[in-house]
Amino acid sequence: MKKKLVLIGNGMAGVYCIEQLLKLNPHRYQITIFGSEPHPNYNRILLSSVLQGNSSLKDIVLNDWDWYMDNGITLHAGHKVTKVNTSKKIVHTDSGISAPYDELILATGSLPFMLPLPGADKEGVIAFRDIQDCETMIETSKKFKKGIVIGGGLLGLEAARGLLNLHMDVTVVHLSGTIMDRQLDPTASLMLQRELENQGMKFLLEKNTEAILGGKRVTAVRFKDGSKVDADLVVMAVGIKPNTALARECGIEVNRAIVVDDYMQTSNPHVYAIGECAEHRGTVYGLVAPLFEQGAVLAKRLADVDGEGYQGSVVSAKLKVSEVNVFSAGQFSDSGDTRSVRVQDDFAGVYKKIVVKDGKIIGCILFGDTSDSSRIFALMRRGENIFGKEKEVLLGESAGGANISGVEFAAAMADDEIVCGCNGVPKGTIIQAIQEKGCTSVNDIKYCTKASGSCGGCKPLVADLLAHVLGDDGVTTVKEGICGCTSLGREEVVEAIRSMQLSTSKEVMNVLGWENPEGCSKCRPALNYYLGMVWPEEHADEQESRFVNERNHGNIQKDGTYSVVPRMYGGVTTPEDLRKISDVAIKYSAMVKITGGQRIDLLGIKKEDLPSVWGELDMPSGYAYGKALRTVKTCVGSTWCRFGTQDAIKMGTDLEKRLERINTPAKIKLAVSACPRNCAEATIKDFGVVAIDGGCELYVGGNGGTDVRKADLLVKVKTEEEVVEWAMAYVQHYRETANYNERTSKWVERIGLDKIKQALEKREDRLALKERIEHWLSFTKDPWKEIVENGELRKTFDMLPAPNLVGGPEL
Amino acid sequence: MRRIVVAKLSDISEKRSRVVRIDGVEIALFKLSTGEIRAIENSCPHKKGKLSEGIVCDHHVFCPLHDWKVNLDDGLAQAPDEGCVKTYEVEWDEKSGEIALYTNNGNTIDEGSSSRWPT
Ligand code: SRM
Ligand SMILES: Cc1cc2nc3c(=O)[nH]c(=O)nc-3n(C[C@H](O)[C@H](O)[C@H](O)COP(=O)(O)OP(=O)(O)OC[C@H]3O[C@@H](n4cnc5c(N)ncnc54)[C@H](O)[C@@H]3O)c2cc1C
Ligand code: SF4
Ligand code: FES
Repeated sequence: MKKKLVLIGNGMAGVYCIEQLLKLNPHRYQITIFGSEPHPNYNRILLSSVLQGNSSLKDIVLNDWDWYMDNGITLHAGHKVTKVNTSKKIVHTDSGISAPYDELILATGSLPFMLPLPGADKEGVIAFRDIQDCETMIETSKKFKKGIVIGGGLLGLEAARGLLNLHMDVTVVHLSGTIMDRQLDPTASLMLQRELENQGMKFLLEKNTEAILGGKRVTAVRFKDGSKVDADLVVMAVGIKPNTALARECGIEVNRAIVVDDYMQTSNPHVYAIGECAEHRGTVYGLVAPLFEQGAVLAKRLADVDGEGYQGSVVSAKLKVSEVNVFSAGQFSDSGDTRSVRVQDDFAGVYKKIVVKDGKIIGCILFGDTSDSSRIFALMRRGENIFGKEKEVLLGESAGGANISGVEFAAAMADDEIVCGCNGVPKGTIIQAIQEKGCTSVNDIKYCTKASGSCGGCKPLVADLLAHVLGDDGVTTVKEGICGCTSLGREEVVEAIRSMQLSTSKEVMNVLGWENPEGCSKCRPALNYYLGMVWPEEHADEQESRFVNERNHGNIQKDGTYSVVPRMYGGVTTPEDLRKISDVAIKYSAMVKITGGQRIDLLGIKKEDLPSVWGELDMPSGYAYGKALRTVKTCVGSTWCRFGTQDAIKMGTDLEKRLERINTPAKIKLAVSACPRNCAEATIKDFGVVAIDGGCELYVGGNGGTDVRKADLLVKVKTEEEVVEWAMAYVQHYRETANYNERTSKWVERIGLDKIKQALEKREDRLALKERIEHWLSFTKDPWKEIVENGELRKTFDMLPAPNLVGGPEL
Repeated sequence: MRRIVVAKLSDISEKRSRVVRIDGVEIALFKLSTGEIRAIENSCPHKKGKLSEGIVCDHHVFCPLHDWKVNLDDGLAQAPDEGCVKTYEVEWDEKSGEIALYTNNGNTIDEGSSSRWPT
C-alpha cells in the first residue's frame, strides 16, 4: 500500500517539493495537500506584476487544477489546517476535514507583519501577501485616490509602484532615512529614490507611524512627530513573520521559525518543514531560490534518494519595478576588513559595487545596469578567489578585463545550482532542454523550462549557458526579425526594398525567403508600409495587407460595427458641421461621444452604412483608425486666453491641414499650447508645441498611452514657419527610420534624441525631408470621399445579395 | 443538402472576402491567392470576430479582433489557440464565374445525419 504524504501549505515551497518528488518517484505516496487560499499554487512573486498591470491572475498560476488531478493529488483548497495530532498522525481542518499521514510537510510560509498600531484594524488597512490583497488594492484604486505604503523595502516599493500604475497618489513611509536599506548602501538608495520620485512616487523618510485615524475606514495616518497625512488605503509592508502556530501547538521545536536539520526534518521524525516557515542553521529565508533548494533536498529524502543535504543558501534580491534595475546580494556595506570596487555614473544613472573580503566577493550592488548580476553572483556563491582581478569582475569584458567570461562561469556551475530563482530551474534542466529538446534561444528555454519567464534577471546567464553548450554560432540570438516569418530586421528589409527595387510584398517575401509564403498578420501590413514609404509614386497600396480598420476606414468594434470620427481641425467645429453630425447620428442611430482627442465619434455604424454616413457627413476622414496623423489638439490660445502668447488654434489647424492623410509607422498625435500652462498637453504628444513669449518650444517623443512618456525638448524656434518646417522634417525622419508599429516615444528612445537632433540640425536636411513628405502627401486623397465616389470600392462594403432560396434544388 | 449559387468570382478580390447571409447565418467567402474559394462561418471561435475582415495568408485568416489564426481548409484555430469554426463545401466554375455553396436545408439538419436526408 502507498504511504500517505500530507502537505500543509499549497504555496511555492511545498508544491515545488511535491513536483520534484513526483519526478523522482511518482508512485511512492498517496498525496494530500491543504491550502488555506482558494486557489491552486501560484507564483507569489509575480503578484507585484499583477498589481503593476503586467500580468493577470490567470498568468501567474504555476500548477493549475488539472495538474493536481493528473497527478492523483487530493487538494483541499480553501481549507485551513487547525490541528495536527502527532501521536495519532492525523491533521484536521476547521471545516471538518481530516487526513491521516505517514509523513507530514509543513510549508505554511509567513504571515505579513502588521504593526500593532491603534486603528490598524480599520477598513482599508491591508498587507501585500496574497491574491486577495492584490484584488483589494485593485478594487480600492477604482474608488479612492490616496495610498500610503508603510515600509520602503522591496515589497513596499513594489506595492507602491503597483498603486501608481493603478493611478493612485502614493506616498511611501519609511522608518530609516534611506529606502531599501537592507539591500542598498546610501548611494544606491538615493539614486533609487530619485528615480522613483521621477516616476511620481513620494517619500516620507525617518517617519515613525503612531496611529491610523478614521472612522470605520482609514482617513489618515499620524506619525510620532505629530504630523499627519491623508490616506484612503494603507498597505503595511514592514516585514513578515514565519507562520509557526501549528508546529508550536503540537510541541515541535520552534525558534524564530520551525527548526530543521540538513534534511529538513523537524524535532519530530515524521514531520518536515520547508519554506519561509523553516529555520535552518539559524537562518530563515524569505526568497524563493533557497526555498526551492530546500524543496529539492526534501524531495530526495522522501523518495529515498541519497543526497548531500541542505547547506544553506547565499541570497540575492532584485527589485521588480519597471524601468528600474536594482540587484543586491550578500554583505553590501563596507566594514573594517572589507574593501570594495565601485563605479558611479550619475549621467547614465549607473552604480555598481562589489565588496571583497580575503580575495572573495561577499556582496554586491548593481543599480541601473544589472546585466552582470548573474555572473557576479555566481562568482560570489562559489567563493572564487578574484584577487588581482577585482576591477575586471566589476567592469566586465568591456573594460578590457577579458579573463573572466560569462560563458566560463556558466560552464563551471554545478548541475543542480539554480539558474532561475523565480521558477526554481537548475542548470541541469536547462542543459537538458538544450541537448534533448533542441532549444536554441533564450525564448525556447523560457518556453520549455520557465527559466527567465518571471523577473527576467537570469536572462544573461541563460544566454551564457546556451553559448556554453552550443557554441556562439549555435545560439539563435535575440536577433528578432520583423515577425516570425523571417529573421531579417527592418533595416535589412528596407535596404533590400531600395537596393533590389522590390515593389510588392509578394516580391519581398519571395526574394528574402520568407518562411510563410504569404506572410502573417504582422509582416504584411509592415511590408506594405515600408514599400509605400520607399516608393511613394510607384507602390500600389495593398488593401489586402491592411489591418481591417485601415481598410474600412473606421475602427471595428467588438460587435463588428464601426466608429466614424470626422476631422475637426485643431478641435474647432462649426454649428453647420454639428448639425450634419446630428442628422447622421439620428438617421443611423449612432451613439455620439466626445473623444479624448477634441473631436466627435459616432459609434455603432454598420459596415454597409459606412459609405452613406461618410457621404452625408461630407467631412474629411479623421483617420481615428489609422497609423497616420490623428489629432492636433490645441488650446484656445491668444485669441481668447488671458495668458496666451500665440494663436495656438491657427497653428494647430495649419499643422493638421498640412499633415493630414500622412501614413506613419504608428499613429502620431500633435498638440499646440499657447503658453507653458500647456492646456493642450503638448508634452505627452508625438510632436508638441509649447509657445512661449517670443517663440516656441518643440517637444518630441511624448506619449500618454500605455507607457506614459514625457516628451523631450527638441529645439526652440522663433517663427511659425520654423515650427512647420521642423514638424514636417521630424515626421518624415520618423517615417523613414522607425520600425512599423513603433510609436515615436519608443523610437526616440531607441535611436536617441541626439541622433535625431543631428539629423534635423541643418536647414538643408530639414528642407529635403520636408520636400519628401510633401511629395508623398501630394499623392493622397481623402479615403472616405474616394469610396463614396467610386462604385467599385463602395461595393466591397455591401453584403452579397441574399440568394434566392425558394426552389433551390435539393440534393 | 442543397446547392446555392451565392456570388460571382469577380465579386471577390484576391486575399479578400465577401459575406453572404443564409438562413440567418453569416458565411464568409474567401478568395485565396491561388484563385480558390473557401467558405466558413463568419464568426471567430474566440469571441465571434468577423473573420471576413481578417488578413488572409495562404489558406489561413487572422481574426481582426485578437489575431487568432484560423485554417480556412478545416476551420481549426491554430496553436496555441484552440477552437473550430464551421466550414462549408463550396464550388466555383471558372467559365460561368459562379460560386456555389452547399448548406443544409433550413436549420434542422446537422452534419451527422445528412446521409439520411431523403433525396
Ligand atoms: C475614441 C478614443 C477614445 C475616446 O472616446 O476618447 C480612442 C479609442 C481607441 N483607442 Fe485610443 N482613443 C482615443 C484617444 C486616445 C488618447 C488621447 C489622445 O489622443 O489625446 C490616447 C493617449 C495618447 C497617446 O496615444 O499617446 C490613446 C491611446 C491609445 C492606445 C495606446 C497607444 C500607445 O502608444 O501606448 C491604443 C492602443 C494602440 O494604439 O495600440 C489606443 C487604441 C484605441 C482603439 C483604436 C482600440 C482599437 O484598436 O480598437 C480605440 C477604438 C475604440 C473604438 O472601438 O472605436 N488608444 N487614445 C479617442 C480618439 C481620439 C481621436 O479623436 O482620435
Ligand atoms: C508581493 C511579493 C513579491 C515577492 N517577490 C519576490 C521576489 O522577487 N523574489 C523572491 O525570491 N521572493 C519574492 N517574494 C517572496 C516569496 O514569494 C516567498 O518567499 C515564497 O512565496 C514563500 O514560499 P512558501 O511556500 O514558504 O510560502 P507561501 O508561498 O506563502 O505558501 C504558504 C501557503 O500556505 C498556506 N497556509 C498557511 N497556513 C496554512 C494552514 N494552516 N493550512 C493550510 N494552508 C496554510 C498559505 O495560505 C499559503 O498559501 C515575494 C513575496 C511577495 C508577497
Ligand atoms: S495654454 Fe492655457 S493659458 Fe495658455 S493660452 Fe492656452 S489656455 Fe491660455
Ligand atoms: S474574436 Fe477572433 S481572435 Fe478574438
